[in-house]
Amino acid sequence: MLPNLKEIGDKITQNDVWKSIFRHRYEDTSRNRMLQVLSNVWLHIHPTTVTKGNINISFTWCLGGLTFFVFLFETLTGVLLMFYYTPDVNRAYADMLDLSNNAIPLGRLLRNTHRWAGHAMVITVCFHMLRVFLTGSYKAPRQFNWVVGVILLVLTLLLSFTGYLLPWDQLGYWAITVGTNMAGATPFAGYQGPFAELFGFTIDNDIRFGLLGGTSIQAPALLRAYVWHCIGLPAMAGGLMMLHFWRIRKDGFSGQL
Amino acid sequence: MANPEATMLRPEPKQTQTGPEKIHTWPHLVAKEFLCALLFTVVILLYSYYVDAPLRELANPGEPENPAKAPWYFLGLQEELVYFDPWFAGVVLPFLIIIGLMFIPYIDFNPKGNGYYTFRERKFAVTTFSFGFLLWYVLIIIGVYCRGPFWAWFWPWEKWTLAFPTPPPLWSLPAPVGVLLLLAYFGVGTWLPARRWKDFYQKLGPVKYGITMFLLLAMIGTILKMGLRLGFNVKYVLQTPWFNI
Repeated sequence: MLPNLKEIGDKITQNDVWKSIFRHRYEDTSRNRMLQVLSNVWLHIHPTTVTKGNINISFTWCLGGLTFFVFLFETLTGVLLMFYYTPDVNRAYADMLDLSNNAIPLGRLLRNTHRWAGHAMVITVCFHMLRVFLTGSYKAPRQFNWVVGVILLVLTLLLSFTGYLLPWDQLGYWAITVGTNMAGATPFAGYQGPFAELFGFTIDNDIRFGLLGGTSIQAPALLRAYVWHCIGLPAMAGGLMMLHFWRIRKDGFSGQL
Repeated sequence: MANPEATMLRPEPKQTQTGPEKIHTWPHLVAKEFLCALLFTVVILLYSYYVDAPLRELANPGEPENPAKAPWYFLGLQEELVYFDPWFAGVVLPFLIIIGLMFIPYIDFNPKGNGYYTFRERKFAVTTFSFGFLLWYVLIIIGVYCRGPFWAWFWPWEKWTLAFPTPPPLWSLPAPVGVLLLLAYFGVGTWLPARRWKDFYQKLGPVKYGITMFLLLAMIGTILKMGLRLGFNVKYVLQTPWFNI
């Protein structure tokens, strides 16, 4: 005689191996709903219960969470792109063509999604800031978290900016030229800025030189943009995001609708 | 069918006597987050399927693009290059914006409007911030859609040509006039509101009031300078051997 389904289920779940992986059963009980959040590494960023008004879409518009999701999305597509892209002035553009022409499977979609999601992240982070301002959520005790948010906004812009050079095409090359020339005009620290001579800054030792690794945009600039884009800035942004989310939990949500 | 025993065991979270109603994060919030992420993924995949990311010719250091535009989110600053020197438009102005944003929670003394949308309870704060936010995007839209070769103005439906009229000659204010004008602008601009809105000044105290007014006047001043340039062809308000504003 065949054993019934419940017995099979029990055989699978009532043993040490299963229990070592899944800490609680799935019956829809109040306790399990809480454990579902508490005992899950990805979900335990949340509190187990929230104020009803706090999760109205028309309060947060999901903008902060969405920004974080886009960051993860960019990390995934970015890592996949890193398998195919070489930050070398002789190869970078050819790699872009290979991606765009689908010489690499799904290359065109991969590059397009990474590019457009990068733009989307700039937009979501700006509107997240607008939302937080309009709901006054930066007020005590959350002042410092607003400051962290402003730094994250700047890092988002820089992440997008460093990615702009990587295709090594005319668009990126001249956009980065415009952007980094501004750094050359920094008062005191840029060779074209006011009071540059005070500290002896010239074209080959100023802040712009530090960004480009040279006096013009050449191979070192591409490598620097690549390393900042793939390692330096994501690491900084990731660290500050941890702080940002942790502070939300410690300071509490603002909405008390 | 749900297990009847489980249904019995499923009370919503214990409600405190006072305070707002609480619900479980799982599934209520997590489901919304999941849907949001799903929707975003679908939209970005569809968009990416139909619209290709831009890719121009191979970079050529010997052949500048005209116009060479920064990424769209920096075009507000590039647009300001029409009105200011690079050290201000590209460095000091963004620095002031970032520092100004960071200062907001520490200079906004109004305890009202914490955690809900309201205009009536924080008219000054909401007006100022929304105006700055809007200005940033208006400048971006001008930079993206209305600027052609040599940063000349072209409407989006106009064809870019090099045969645009020569811009009128510019002139600058004499240095002493410029110094007086700037001192008067920031001096009167700080002093007058403190007299007119004594309560506002007293609640903030001199330091926070000074910071607030400096940031506000810097924002308004940027727009006034744009007006002077567009309306009266003024190149610099203040000209010195070291820097110009």
